[in-house]
Amino acid sequence: MAANTEILSGVEVDLRELAASVVSRAMKAGATAAEAVVREGTEFSTVVRLGEVETLKESGSRAMGLRAFLGQRTASTYTSDFTEDGIEQLIKGALELAHVTSEDPYAGLPEASLLGALPGDLQLYYDDVYSLPPEERIDYARRAERAALDADPRLKNSDGGSFDAATGRKVLANSLGFVGDYRRSYCSVSAAPIVQAENGTMQRDYWFALARTITKLDSPESVGREAARRTLRRLGARKIASTQVPVILDPLVAGSILDNIFDAVNGDAIYRQSSFLAGKLGEKIAASNVTVVDDGTIPGGFGTEPFDGEGVPTRRTMVIESGVLKSYLLNTYTAKKLGLKTTGSASRGLAGNPGIGAGNFFLQKGARTPQQIIGDVKQGLYVTQFLGFGVNMVTGDFSRGASGLWIENGELTFPVEEITVAGNLKEMLNNISEIGNDLAFRGSLAAPTLRIDGMTIAGE
Amino acid sequence: MTQNQSLFFHKFGITPNDLQSYLGEALSAGGDYADLYFEYLTSTAISVDESIVKSASQGISAGCGVRVLAGERTGYAYTDDLAPEKIRRAARTAALIARGPAKSPVQGFKESSSHQLYPITSPSADADITAKLDLVMRADRSARAYDSRIVQVRGSYADQVRQILVIGSDGTFATDVQPLARFSVFTIAKSGQSSTRGSAGGGGRVGIDYFLTDKTPEHFAHEAARQSIIQLDAREAPAGEMEVVLGPGWPGILLHEAIGHGLEADFNRKGTSAFAGMLGKRVASDKCTVVDNGTLPSRRGSINVDDEGSPTQNTVLIEKGILKGYLSDKLSSKLMGMPDTGNGRRESYEHIPMPRMTNTYMLAGQDSPEDIIRSVKRGVYAVNFGGGQVDITNGKFVFSTSEAYMIEDGVVTAPLKNCTLIGNGPDALTKVSMVGNDLQLDEGVGTCGKDGQSVPVGVGIPTLKLDSMTVGGTAR
Repeated sequence: MAANTEILSGVEVDLRELAASVVSRAMKAGATAAEAVVREGTEFSTVVRLGEVETLKESGSRAMGLRAFLGQRTASTYTSDFTEDGIEQLIKGALELAHVTSEDPYAGLPEASLLGALPGDLQLYYDDVYSLPPEERIDYARRAERAALDADPRLKNSDGGSFDAATGRKVLANSLGFVGDYRRSYCSVSAAPIVQAENGTMQRDYWFALARTITKLDSPESVGREAARRTLRRLGARKIASTQVPVILDPLVAGSILDNIFDAVNGDAIYRQSSFLAGKLGEKIAASNVTVVDDGTIPGGFGTEPFDGEGVPTRRTMVIESGVLKSYLLNTYTAKKLGLKTTGSASRGLAGNPGIGAGNFFLQKGARTPQQIIGDVKQGLYVTQFLGFGVNMVTGDFSRGASGLWIENGELTFPVEEITVAGNLKEMLNNISEIGNDLAFRGSLAAPTLRIDGMTIAGE
Repeated sequence: MTQNQSLFFHKFGITPNDLQSYLGEALSAGGDYADLYFEYLTSTAISVDESIVKSASQGISAGCGVRVLAGERTGYAYTDDLAPEKIRRAARTAALIARGPAKSPVQGFKESSSHQLYPITSPSADADITAKLDLVMRADRSARAYDSRIVQVRGSYADQVRQILVIGSDGTFATDVQPLARFSVFTIAKSGQSSTRGSAGGGGRVGIDYFLTDKTPEHFAHEAARQSIIQLDAREAPAGEMEVVLGPGWPGILLHEAIGHGLEADFNRKGTSAFAGMLGKRVASDKCTVVDNGTLPSRRGSINVDDEGSPTQNTVLIEKGILKGYLSDKLSSKLMGMPDTGNGRRESYEHIPMPRMTNTYMLAGQDSPEDIIRSVKRGVYAVNFGGGQVDITNGKFVFSTSEAYMIEDGVVTAPLKNCTLIGNGPDALTKVSMVGNDLQLDEGVGTCGKDGQSVPVGVGIPTLKLDSMTVGGTAR
């Protein structure tokens, strides 16, 4: 299969120059300030199912977006059409739209003095994600699936093994003279085996590994074996009676609580009063053992960027320190609205005003192993999956479908399914009574094993 | 010649001969079938936040995806540049899935028969942006006027026009121009220390007139404001199994999660769905007849042709409780020897099509909604929902309430805090004991995600009673 990069090589343009020229043309056309983003990416993905290639996909694409200001009015446009005609439309459209929007005293680019990029190599880009010959990429997917299916004769079906690789480049330029760009790469391998019980019911689970370079990607075999382990332990799952017991969240599931915390400290949600943490800065909002950090600067991190979506360098922000809410995550706009300083957390899509994005957002690990934490529990639920979207960020009400394993006298016993786990995030954060030592990044948000007390399980 | 042809043929200079040669390139290494999907999508969005219009945006995205099928294998490549050499390169990349002598596409195209489901007199995309601005400002004023406890209002209006051209090596030739518009309102109510949210929205394959006459900004604003005010008095939802009554319309998300996904043909072909092998078996009470209908005029989930160029259909999934059919695309229909139901959909030219729902709903029954409520001793009456999700393989599904009430001794009483309902797809509908005579479809808010691809869908039910379902509250 043709090398992915080749797809774009025929239309090589200097994307930095392109972004800067779009900005200067917007200014000439009457904008009082402007900001352009240009994105380019390639992707490869393959799925092997029951040993045979099921899909093979390979392509590249690019797009650009423009945010134009007319005084305190702003609007944005985007296009995948890089022809002269396309760029002309992009600029004309943004200015026309900006005439229609409202004067917003808080609108604007960051202060020029705040612009910049982290120096040095952040280890975000490795072209080796495409270095494997095509047959070996397929083989990664095949090996992951085979390792899963070979782990136990009861694993007879599968949603397949997969291998993905992607690279992306992002350029940002604004009318204050900022031009920055960076590349990122990633590759991943996964497996999703299926086990069938004698009564015909089936269970599926999965595991995956993710890395910026192929040299740091877990072996397909280890991914397949872990996928098999996670699937097999669900075999024979049953419903339990409604109860109130401690819940232990495995790291993947605990990560979804970090998602909720991220949403709750998102500057947009704060100024709109649509977060249960609005107005709580400086207050104790979680148990004293809870420290949450957002760090966009970790070399090689999945949430690392040299600058944010507005050209402000990323940084390390203490969000919750020993249970006290220390900082929201803010971009230029939300910082101005709240009378605070940006935390370099702007996220910029192709269209619309910048939102808030996480860097590497994590809950600091504790000292004890997951086994020790489970070992302390007389009766409880070890949650390995949440299902659905039952979290209300305004009230903090939390109610999600779940499955996992029942804990009896410190041991994982039988698998459980078709239950819900419910509480309120305000109380849940204060009821985090144990934090594991098993923090590992499988994405930009990460948490170790957590024990939360006082939640209600609904079942039979 | 349709508007579509003029776009791809004239704006991009593509000729029928080109199309034939692209298909030839795609089949240059053999394969059973190849198709090309051209897409040109224009979008506009405008929103109000804190009573001012802080953003407006518009954009264009265009490209072509090339797919080659060889047995169960799919090769796929796409380009956002419609220059002939770029499309040829994508075709050669997709062709690498096959390993054999070149094949020839059928000579000449046959235009697919098609519905005319979007009879729009005032295309939203042609409307002046100030008309859309006026809509969102009206929503802001209306929600704030509803109650002084409404402290935050966000309203947004988004529309798009998606022009597609699909050609296949079997002579498939289909075009469509698919408008889509959606209005959304989100409110926060505050009283003392408590804050609550409300949301409402709707639209469809409609023009801007729809929002001036049928469902106005005031309609959505009142609905969102009403919900957030009601939630101010909400108490803890109960926990455990009990009787559940679902209100008509959007609570039809039950069908989407409990059975819809499990009946998509790809999961059943691979034996990974909890419904695999259950055709002809009972999966619901005999009061339940469920269809997936892509042919309802102006609905959000409707399309004239699917993204493989096949006309959409009205497909019976469950008839009087018996499982009758799956939702299929070309690949699954061929491999399973079953009819193609016109459910091959994709998010964009960057994505491989797969079986997806359109508008999924249950036909009306005989019971009056009042009788249904009266029959419940202690249970939950859920009338609005947020999202849902299903684990296809074990059949467990959830959907979360955004407006629900207790029913005590046949009477609707206190509003409940948001909670999740959980059930098991293959038997959830066997517990349906009453079906209302009040079928409603949702107002046009649904977006369904599968394998990372989003497509607009619709759902609907009449008022339904399930004798038992697990309610995920916190009250004991």
